[in-house]
Amino acid sequence: MSAFTHMDARRTALHRKRKVINAISLTLALAAMAFGLFWLSWILIETIRLGVGGLAVTVFTESTPPPLAETGGLANAIVGSLMMVSLATALGTPIGVMAGVYLAEYGKRTWLGTVTGFINDILLSAPSIVIGLFIYSVVVATTKTFSGYAGVLALALIVIPVVVRTTENMLSLIPNALREAAYALGTPKWKVIAAVTLKAARAGVITGILLALARIAGETAPLLFTALSNQFFTADLGEPMASLPVTIFKFAMSPYQNWQELAWAGVFLITMSVLALNILARVLFRNKY
Amino acid sequence: MAATLPSSPYPEKKKMERASPLGDPPGRRRVWPWADTAFSLLAHGAAWVTLLLLAAIIASLVIGAMPAIREFGLGFLVSTEWDPVQLKFGGLVMIYGTLMTSFIALLIAVPVSFGIAIFLTELSPAWLKRPLGVAIELLAAVPSIVYGMWGLLVFGPILATYVQLPLQGAFGDVPVLGALFSGPPVGIGILSAGIILAIMIIPFIAAVMRDVFETTPALLKESAYGLGATTWEVVSKVVLPYTKTGVVGATMLGLGRALGETMAVTFVIGNFNQLDSLSLFQAANSITSALANEFAEASEGLHQAALIYLGLVLFFITFVVLSLSKVLLSQLRRGEGAGT
Amino acid sequence: MNLFRRATLAAAATLFVSGAFAQDVTGAGASFPAPVYAKWADAYNKATGARINYQSVGSGAGIRQIRGKTVDFGATDAPLTDADLVKDGMIQFPTVIGGVVPVVNIKGIAPGQMKMTGQVLGDIYLGKITKWNDPALVALNPGVPLPDVAIAPVRRADGSGTTFLFTNYLSKVNAEWKAKVGEGTAVNWPVGAGGKGNEGVSAFTMRLPNAIGYVEYAYAKQNKMSYVLMRNKDGNFVKPDDVAFKEAAAGADWQKSFFQVLTDQPGKNSWPITGATFILMHKLQDKPATATNVLKFFDWAYANGDKMADDLDYVPLPPAVKDMVRKQWADNLKDAAGKPIALK
Repeated sequence: MSAFTHMDARRTALHRKRKVINAISLTLALAAMAFGLFWLSWILIETIRLGVGGLAVTVFTESTPPPLAETGGLANAIVGSLMMVSLATALGTPIGVMAGVYLAEYGKRTWLGTVTGFINDILLSAPSIVIGLFIYSVVVATTKTFSGYAGVLALALIVIPVVVRTTENMLSLIPNALREAAYALGTPKWKVIAAVTLKAARAGVITGILLALARIAGETAPLLFTALSNQFFTADLGEPMASLPVTIFKFAMSPYQNWQELAWAGVFLITMSVLALNILARVLFRNKY
Repeated sequence: MAATLPSSPYPEKKKMERASPLGDPPGRRRVWPWADTAFSLLAHGAAWVTLLLLAAIIASLVIGAMPAIREFGLGFLVSTEWDPVQLKFGGLVMIYGTLMTSFIALLIAVPVSFGIAIFLTELSPAWLKRPLGVAIELLAAVPSIVYGMWGLLVFGPILATYVQLPLQGAFGDVPVLGALFSGPPVGIGILSAGIILAIMIIPFIAAVMRDVFETTPALLKESAYGLGATTWEVVSKVVLPYTKTGVVGATMLGLGRALGETMAVTFVIGNFNQLDSLSLFQAANSITSALANEFAEASEGLHQAALIYLGLVLFFITFVVLSLSKVLLSQLRRGEGAGT
Repeated sequence: MNLFRRATLAAAATLFVSGAFAQDVTGAGASFPAPVYAKWADAYNKATGARINYQSVGSGAGIRQIRGKTVDFGATDAPLTDADLVKDGMIQFPTVIGGVVPVVNIKGIAPGQMKMTGQVLGDIYLGKITKWNDPALVALNPGVPLPDVAIAPVRRADGSGTTFLFTNYLSKVNAEWKAKVGEGTAVNWPVGAGGKGNEGVSAFTMRLPNAIGYVEYAYAKQNKMSYVLMRNKDGNFVKPDDVAFKEAAAGADWQKSFFQVLTDQPGKNSWPITGATFILMHKLQDKPATATNVLKFFDWAYANGDKMADDLDYVPLPPAVKDMVRKQWADNLKDAAGKPIALK
């Protein structure tokens, strides 16, 4: 054959070793996937089993009942959560995306960029209860009332770091060749970022926003000291507002049957809405080729 | 000027006009010349807002913790005493709990997320990618309080019967390991909290890792495949180095979540303010669950200040961990001659 | 981007949904009476249309909120001392009475079969009595099959009025407890796994074999837990129920002051770990209209809420005490001009 026949045996052995390593690693990857799916299905099955039982039209039409009442629903909590979560995302996303844009496009080697990026990561691990306490001392104590606005601000403060980190990550991964091609065509910088780079990183940025949204949809602690909660229905953000996570927290910890059923129904609602939103966003923002 | 072009199938096409090399500036002005400045201002402004927000939070924390800082100073960090009645506080128990649970959570979550991300990008058939990806993200949609309740009522007993008891039976008498597994097997404690945290942060890390893996240029991967690399070699030697920053960023996201998670940990950690043993099964306390449990009822004054001091310590822990990871990243980058 | 723009506009539009609803009265505080306040508020809303929004955030938080005037009234299980009330310029008055019940999970022991004293209970939670067949326990329970196993104490992880009542009682009847641990909504527990809320304590107690815990009476009753008979001040072993709580409340001297902690009260059948829960209001009211609404609500609750409280396993106040409270309102609550707050 060739002059390297004495290396054939080694090459075959090496090849076999590489194949084995490959097989092992990929099996482990498969196992990891199965592991993740296992927990997911278990928790989901429990959630669905306990939640669907409590679902009825009244859940959406009636407000939270007192204990051991016959009727009652989660209308005030659902509306409150919808309002606060959507406003917080609307408030936090632009700030987060623009800050991420700054970090990736303008501030790569400046002190502002480094410090902001670093500090953003610290803010990322701030326990949500600390954020709630901060907004309490700044907003609630000064306006002398709990309000939906304070809740929105607290949630927005949780959204911002997540969006900044993921936006910066994704934008940094877009190859410079793409940017330079756009510049070469005479595109101004803002348009390069807005119409080319952000668009290319769209999927990742959306993931970041969705992760942030999923997180605040289930957050209890920051709302406890800001929006408090409300037994009755209100759509006025200047008043204490009910929200699903706080209501679930209150009801699940009680010994009353009707409250516990509503708590699980609430859990089911949050999980399913975030999932639906996830799917919707992916469908709308998918790369159309 | 131009040489005669071959006859075009599109005879109506206009001839291109070229500016003479030395004269006439281009005719059209750029639309919205202020757009660049405006956009740049927005971006800078957003960065400043983020910076100022954190400064404000830290400032309010320091002001709130002042009484405790003045009273206990740095001894707070090494004292295990927590007595709300006699107003003696020390945060070592909580700090240990936070660090251990987050460490266990990362230990489990990072490899698993990595495996999931590899599976989603390299192994799964195309039709399965989207549904599986959505399924994993669904874990992120479950509110954290559900993890806490599920952990307390469902997972805890199972952990007690199938993991803790056998482990205690097997290693109970071994000198060091036995100490690690001692304690009443009730399914609460640092190990439970760590595992539940791991399940909570897996979807975050996996989702970001998957997105980051997908940005690897196909060209790089196919070059490697073309040289005869196995899938694993492509992942470990091409994708991973390329997406290094993204992977570390994803891990940071998960770690941040783990350090700051309140509800899930509070239910299963047992809120035991003593550090009698290093056992994984012993009830313990973490900074966030101490805050969640005690802040509402804490009397104004030293108790409240001590709790806020704990919050400040958590920020500091995050700071230290982040610095370490930045150092790690720059070492990695220097290792491959990237400069800077 | 189009969709994004539309989404932001929609979100901004929700900002302008005006509050066409009446201004709520907001109160916050103890979690112990939260179910009965919720029930009263719901019935009051159906009767009059007024909305009283009470949220349980914990006694400590309730006190803090009313001091900061971020709520219209505060609620606490641990009453403020008269000195504190003067300092804050507030009044406090009781609304309902309830009890804290020790519960156990021992195989073969039925509810109400086991007897205990405060001394023994304190020793268990101090870690001095570690086994169920300790001589002290056997002496109290002749004939009861107490196993030779370790006791697993469970207590509250979070601060709460339930803990306050429990530790206050133990401080009264167990000298070593008073010296070592003391009383409060959160204390430095020598032993015991901490559960979050009554739910957490009951979950641990029901799951841990040979466990002992303490929960609000409503909780023990709803979950059909195995309660313990306690020896009261008169020396009788009493079963916890609303009769026993009522008798403990009867001994209180409300005339002297509303600062009454009803633990270890004399009475043949009085339950030793009883307590009232209190409402806090400022003496000088900035918003007289809101104050009137608060008083009207509690006046209505005193008049019509007894059965509802009973259904939820709370003990309503005796009529004499209610009148004392009303008099206190008339005497103390004034608006900025010095006029007493109207009740109508």
